[in-house]
Amino acid sequence: MLQDHTDQIADDMIEGFADHGRPPRATTEDIVIDCRIERMYYGGFKAVRDTTLPIHRGSITAFIGPSGCGKSSALRCLNRMNDLVRGFRLEGRVRFLGRDIYGPKVDPVAVRRYVGMVFQQPNPFAMSIYNNVAFGLRLNRFRGNVADRVEKALVGAALWEEVKDKLHTSGLALSGGQQQRLCIARAIATEPEVLLMDEPCSALDPIATRRIEELMLELRSRYTIAIVTHNLQQAKRVADRTAFMYVDTSEGGRTGYLVEFGETGQIFEDPRHAHTQAYIRGEFS
Amino acid sequence: MSAPVEITHAFEDVNLAKLEMSLRSPRTLASAVLSAVAVTASLVACVPLVSVLAMLLYRGGSRITWEALTALPPAAMAAGGGFGNALVGTVTMVGIATAISVPAGILAASFLALIGPETRTASAVRFAAKVLTGLPSVLAGVFAYGAVVLVTGSFSAPAGGVALAVLMLPTVILTAEEAIKMVPTRMKEAAIGMGATQSQLLLRVVLPTAMPGILTGVMLAIARAAGETAPLLFTALFSSYWLLDLGRLNLMKPTASLAVLIYNFSSAPYDNQVSLAWAASLVLVVMVLGFNIAGQVLSRNRHRR
Amino acid sequence: MSSATLGFGSRSAESIAQPPSTSDRVVDRLIRLLTLGVAWSIIGLGTYIVLQIAWVARPAVARFGASLLVSRTWDSNRELYGLVPAIWGTLYSSIVGLVIGTFFGLSIAIVLSQDFLPTSLEAILKNVIELLAAVPSVVYGLWGIFVVIPTIRPLADWCNAHLSWIPIFGTPLRGPGMLPAAIVLAIMVLPTVSALSREALMAVPSKIKEAAFGLGATRWETILGVLVPTALTGIVGSVMLGFGRALGETMALAMLVGNANSISVSLFAPGTTLAALLALNFPEANGSESQALMYAALVLLAITLAVNVVGTAIVNRATRRLRGLK
Repeated sequence: MLQDHTDQIADDMIEGFADHGRPPRATTEDIVIDCRIERMYYGGFKAVRDTTLPIHRGSITAFIGPSGCGKSSALRCLNRMNDLVRGFRLEGRVRFLGRDIYGPKVDPVAVRRYVGMVFQQPNPFAMSIYNNVAFGLRLNRFRGNVADRVEKALVGAALWEEVKDKLHTSGLALSGGQQQRLCIARAIATEPEVLLMDEPCSALDPIATRRIEELMLELRSRYTIAIVTHNLQQAKRVADRTAFMYVDTSEGGRTGYLVEFGETGQIFEDPRHAHTQAYIRGEFS
Repeated sequence: MSAPVEITHAFEDVNLAKLEMSLRSPRTLASAVLSAVAVTASLVACVPLVSVLAMLLYRGGSRITWEALTALPPAAMAAGGGFGNALVGTVTMVGIATAISVPAGILAASFLALIGPETRTASAVRFAAKVLTGLPSVLAGVFAYGAVVLVTGSFSAPAGGVALAVLMLPTVILTAEEAIKMVPTRMKEAAIGMGATQSQLLLRVVLPTAMPGILTGVMLAIARAAGETAPLLFTALFSSYWLLDLGRLNLMKPTASLAVLIYNFSSAPYDNQVSLAWAASLVLVVMVLGFNIAGQVLSRNRHRR
Repeated sequence: MSSATLGFGSRSAESIAQPPSTSDRVVDRLIRLLTLGVAWSIIGLGTYIVLQIAWVARPAVARFGASLLVSRTWDSNRELYGLVPAIWGTLYSSIVGLVIGTFFGLSIAIVLSQDFLPTSLEAILKNVIELLAAVPSVVYGLWGIFVVIPTIRPLADWCNAHLSWIPIFGTPLRGPGMLPAAIVLAIMVLPTVSALSREALMAVPSKIKEAAFGLGATRWETILGVLVPTALTGIVGSVMLGFGRALGETMALAMLVGNANSISVSLFAPGTTLAALLALNFPEANGSESQALMYAALVLLAITLAVNVVGTAIVNRATRRLRGLK
């Protein structure tokens, strides 16, 4: 059944016809995204090399590493957001539920319906809170009760109680932390297969950060999450698995690559690679 | 350790008296005079506006009556009359011009700012728009004469509308492009990240967000079009009648407008017509200033968000 | 509905996420093509306008050749046409109007950019200048006839009576003439010059101004010696665009310049301009006269295109250069 469903999604991506979708089964240890970046370029600049790692269903995978190590670039490969950068080129493949999303006939717009993203800077639309959350539902031509789904998403993002009486006020009037939770509500309203988060807390104060980390843990069982973070403690707190990336300057440029990947406990307590050990110890950031 | 250096003979050459500002110093005097000149010039430049507004109110205000706003223009030596048909004509032709130029301008601006910003087509469009900005209004009239009047065989309101649309289009395109570019990139990223197609991004996120800025440009363009005279001389001419033929609306005939009425009556040897020209000018300026101010208010509200 | 009945914690029975539907894709392609099509139409329109005017002028060019550019007579009965007075009038009125307008426009730009006035007065001045630009040309013409001409008449009469040996005061002011037209033209041009020059002056990095003051320069030594030269490209660009606007100005000139087909250096003599000629004569023109007028339209198009293209290029260069200074 699961295989049928994943085949269907993959077929949907390629054929682009919205006929149906069947419910994903939760929590089977299963690889949702199998990422294999051999080389990734922005024009002539080689940004990332040799980064191969699996994203497991129902878990949180963190990307950590010093600035410039390509962790955001790698994350953005997973929903083809890098297509927006001029000169972007990927050598390798990224398999989402078994099908390579960089295949020749795949529509990136369809991919992004299934792989959602929350960005570093909160970016709600210039609309009411309600319309922000309903945006994805309307985009996907949802025929059911929109108001119910909006409420469900806001509850799931731990924002409902604070905004339930002002759903029709502008999303931009919320505080930074609330805006980010609104963006999370917006992203999960359509229940995407995977949720990518690119340093979602770096623009927020510590209290708001803590709320969002708690939220991530609540969401974990139902969503697959991949998060880029420069905050080691955060990765340690929320992630099931951690990928450590580092910068390779040997060829004169700055190319990121995957150094070590494994269970978070192992990475933090028993890092195998010298660079990882140094980074965990805080010798550079 | 050597003895501290004593600084002597350092400030004896400074004439402390000269530190004070004095108009006897030629440089200070020159600067003060130039300041006076510049500020006076600025104040003098305000005089025409005050004078124009004062004259409009004085000579036009007294002539504004219900009859003036609704009646047909008076014949040569007649009393009374009004510019009702001219008012309707201006509104009609500006309306036609808006209906043509605003959708086209927004679509073109969408291409320039969102769909194809770095293409050679975009550069060509921007160049064309900037050149069109400087097109003398007379020539817009000549163009519409060739393109519409000669083709349809008569002077008409749509011909006037086309000429005005040509004048409105560059303003709409360039301000709409700016307004669309001002939509924050991260908002566009959010929509793309949710799997919106480019059209969905444009119609559901970008245009609604940019609308206040776009409307500002539209208001300014309308204000300009309403005041244009020369293009209408080549396309709509003038008329002393309503746009009716036996009771039914007919736009395909010469159409009156406030601007052309003012022009025609300004050199008339009859006081009645001259005073109507002033009254019509007052109405026109109120319309134009109204749209101008509306546009500026819209743009200020936008920045407050 | 309470969160309990919504089944908080469970995924929905049907997945909400869908790829874009066929109609989504079709609409997307249509709209993108539509914007591209409209963009091409704008380019087409620009070309069409130039070609249409040239086309309408074609019979006249074929018929009159270059004679219109050198002849001075305009006689529709004898079908003799010449544009020299109109060209002269266009250039003369525009240049005089531009000189006056630039003086005032630049003064205002300096006053607004160099903190001469308290903020509230600055705001008023800025609004007044914007409103000056908003008044329609025909209303300026009306005002010019009934206010400007009577106001300058005493001065003009005095200049003509006592200084008529100076060519620019050579003739008396009998009503419409070059000077009233030029004054109104100046009023219409100064908002353009003022706004763009102000931008150019404000784009000069403040560290340059600070350097001048630090060396002990007076306020105006800084303005005229340092700021204006640095912003000169932008100021020149604004003047060029103001010139372009003056050249194309029609109604105020048509009503104030006197519609006399003559050439004179006197500020008080009547004359004509290309745009005014077009506007004044077209409504009643017969066959050959309207052809000659189309020829005039073509000449006007050529002159304004050239001036506007050059002006835009200069303003673009100015913004690019000043960006480098930062």
